[in-house]
Amino acid sequence: MSQDLRAVLRDMLLIRRFEEKLDDLFSSGVIKGTSHLYAGQEAVATGVCAILRPDDMMTSTHRGHGHFLAKGGSPSALMAELWGKATGPSKGRGGSQHVADYSIGFLGSNGITAGGLPIATGAALAAKMKQTGQVVVAFFGEGGANQGTFHEAINMAAVWKLPVLFVCENNQYAMSTRYDEIFATPTIAARAAGYGIAGEVVDGTDFFSVCEAIERGATRARNGEGPSLIEMLVYRYYGHSKSDKCEYRTREEEAEWRAKDCIGKLQTHMGLSNEEYRTILEDVDAEVEAAVEFARESSEPEIEDLESALYA
Amino acid sequence: MPELYYSHAIREAMAEEMRRDPRVFLLGEDIAGYGGAFKVTQGLAEEFGTERVRNTPISENTIVGVGVGAAVCGMRPIVDIMFQDFIALAMDQLVNHAAKFYYMYGNQAPVPLVVRTPAGGGRNYGPTHSQSLEAWLIHVPGLKVVAPAFAADAKGLLKSAIRDDNPVVFVESKLLYGVRGEIPEGDYTIPLGEAKVVREGDAVTLIAYSRMTIESLKAAQILSSRGIEAEVVDLRTLSPLDIDTVAASVEKTGRAIVVCEDCLTGGISAEVMSRVVEECFDFLQAPVKRVAALDTPLPCSDVLERAALPDANKIVAAVEASFAAYP
Ligand SMILES: Cc1ncc(C[n+]2csc(CCOP(=O)(O)OP(=O)(O)O)c2C)c(N)n1
Repeated sequence: MSQDLRAVLRDMLLIRRFEEKLDDLFSSGVIKGTSHLYAGQEAVATGVCAILRPDDMMTSTHRGHGHFLAKGGSPSALMAELWGKATGPSKGRGGSQHVADYSIGFLGSNGITAGGLPIATGAALAAKMKQTGQVVVAFFGEGGANQGTFHEAINMAAVWKLPVLFVCENNQYAMSTRYDEIFATPTIAARAAGYGIAGEVVDGTDFFSVCEAIERGATRARNGEGPSLIEMLVYRYYGHSKSDKCEYRTREEEAEWRAKDCIGKLQTHMGLSNEEYRTILEDVDAEVEAAVEFARESSEPEIEDLESALYA
Repeated sequence: MPELYYSHAIREAMAEEMRRDPRVFLLGEDIAGYGGAFKVTQGLAEEFGTERVRNTPISENTIVGVGVGAAVCGMRPIVDIMFQDFIALAMDQLVNHAAKFYYMYGNQAPVPLVVRTPAGGGRNYGPTHSQSLEAWLIHVPGLKVVAPAFAADAKGLLKSAIRDDNPVVFVESKLLYGVRGEIPEGDYTIPLGEAKVVREGDAVTLIAYSRMTIESLKAAQILSSRGIEAEVVDLRTLSPLDIDTVAASVEKTGRAIVVCEDCLTGGISAEVMSRVVEECFDFLQAPVKRVAALDTPLPCSDVLERAALPDANKIVAAVEASFAAYP
C-alpha cells in the first residue's frame, strides 16, 4: 500500500502543480480563455479513480482538469488542449471545459452545469445492455444539484438500477452563491431517499474516506443494486474562474479549509519526510514543465478542418 | 407494390433495423405496451422486449441525454419525443450535447442518435401540441433534420437516419400518419440530403416538405385546371438542404413559392427563400413568395387553426397573385 500511496500523492500533486502552472499561464495571457481550477478537491478525483477499474467511465464538469488527470489522461495532451493546439484530445476545439478522452473512459468535461448526468446515465445504460460490468461516475457540483437533470437522471438510473455513482463535489459555493442560499436542507445526500437509492456525506478532503464511500457505491452498482448519491464536502482554493476575487467569502474560512488540505493530510498519514516529498514534487514539476513545452511546441489546428469536422 | 400507412412504414423501418442491428433500441414515454401516443411503436415491445423498447419517465431532456450517452458508447438509440413542442424541454441535450460532442471532443466518438417527433397542426390539439419547430433545429450545426411527406420516403429515410453516424431529428407529421402510400419491396434506403421533384411543371416551383408537400400537390392540381403547371419539389431533408435540386427547378420555371407549415418569421421558409434568392436571382421572373403559418401559437378552434395554417387554397392564391403582379 505504501507504494500505492506514493502514486496517489504524486497524482494529487500533479493536479495541484499542473493547475498552479496553468494559473500563471492564464494570468500572463499566454493561454487565452478561461478555466476553473480544481485545487483543494484532489482527494475526490484521486480517491474515485483509485477504486474505479481502468475501463470504468466518468463524465466531468467545467472544473474537470483533476478528473481528467486522475483518470489517467495525459498532462501534455490536456495542456495542449487548454492552449488551443491541434494535439489536444479535442484538437483545440474544446478548451478547458470540453475535453474528452474516450480511450480512457473519460466521456468529457462539460460547460453546461449538470449536463453530464444524463450522459453518464446513458453510458451506464449502454454498459448494462452490453453487459460489460462497467460503472460510470457522474461528477457535478452542489450548484449542479439544482438542475432538472439531477432529478431526471438520478430517477431514471434508480428506476433502471443502472451502475452510476452520482458524485457531488460540494465545495460550498456555486460561483458566488453559498450553499445555504440555494438549499433548504443540511445535506444533498439526503435527497437520495427520495429516489430510493443509497446516499452518504463524505469528508472529501480525506482520501481514505473517499475511497471507502466509492468502494461501497461501486460494489452496489456492480451487484445490480443501482446508483448511489455520494456528497463530498470540499473547498475550492481559488476563485470560481480566472477573474474571481472571492469577495463573497472570508479569508478565515479559506484558512480553515486550507488547514484540512488533502495533500497535507495524506503526506502526514504516510509519514513522508520533507526530503521524500520534495523528490516527488520535483518529479511532478518536471512532468508539468514537459507538458508546457509539448503544448508550446504543438501546432495550431488546421483551419481546413473547421467545417469539415462537423459530421461523422 | 404493397401499400402501408405512413405510421406503419415508420414502424417497419424501426423493426427491420432492430432485426438487422442489435445496437438499435428505442427510448421514450409510453412507447412499449401502449405503442406511443400515435401507436407508431405498437407491437415492437412484443417482438423486441422492453429492454430494447424502453419506457421512460417523463423527462425529455434526460431521455435525449441518455440517448447521447448510450450512442457515444456504441449503441444506436432511437428516442421518441411524443410531440415536437416538447423538444423545448430537451433543447439543452440536443443543442449542447448531441450536436456538439463529435465536433467539440475532437471527432473521437460519433453520436448515432435518432430523435423521432411528430409535428404540425390540423388536429385541434391546441398551442402546446401542434407547433412545428424544425427551424430551431436546422439552426444548430451538427444536427441533421429530416421531414418526409410519403410513406415510402418515411421508411427509407428513417432507415438511413438510423444507419447515419450523426444525430438526426426525424420530424413526422401527425396528419400524415393515417395516409397510405406505396412501399417498395425489400430492404431499401433513401439517402439523407436529397430533395425530389414529385410533380413536374414549367410555370412555377412549389418548394415544400412534410404535409405541405401534399397540400402543394393538391394546389398544383387546381392550378393545372386553370392552365398553370406547377412543379413541386419535396425537400425531404431540411438539413443539409439540397439546394441544387431546388435551384435546378427554379431556374427552369423562373418562379418560386416556398410552402411551409411552420410560422413565417425565422421559419424554414426564410432559409429556403434566402438560398433561392442567392442561387437563382438571375432566373427569377417574380419575387419569391412564402406561404407559411401565421406568427401565432396554433389555436385549438378548428376555424382559427385553419385560418392560421397554410393549405392548398392559400398556395393557389399566392401563385395567382404572383402571376397577376408579374405576368
Ligand atoms: C446551464 C448553465 N448555467 C450556468 C452556468 C454558469 N456557471 C458555470 S459554473 C457555475 C457554478 C457551478 O457551481 P457548482 O455546480 O457548485 O460547481 P463548482 O463551480 O462549485 O465546482 C455557473 C453558474 C453554466 N455553465 N451552465
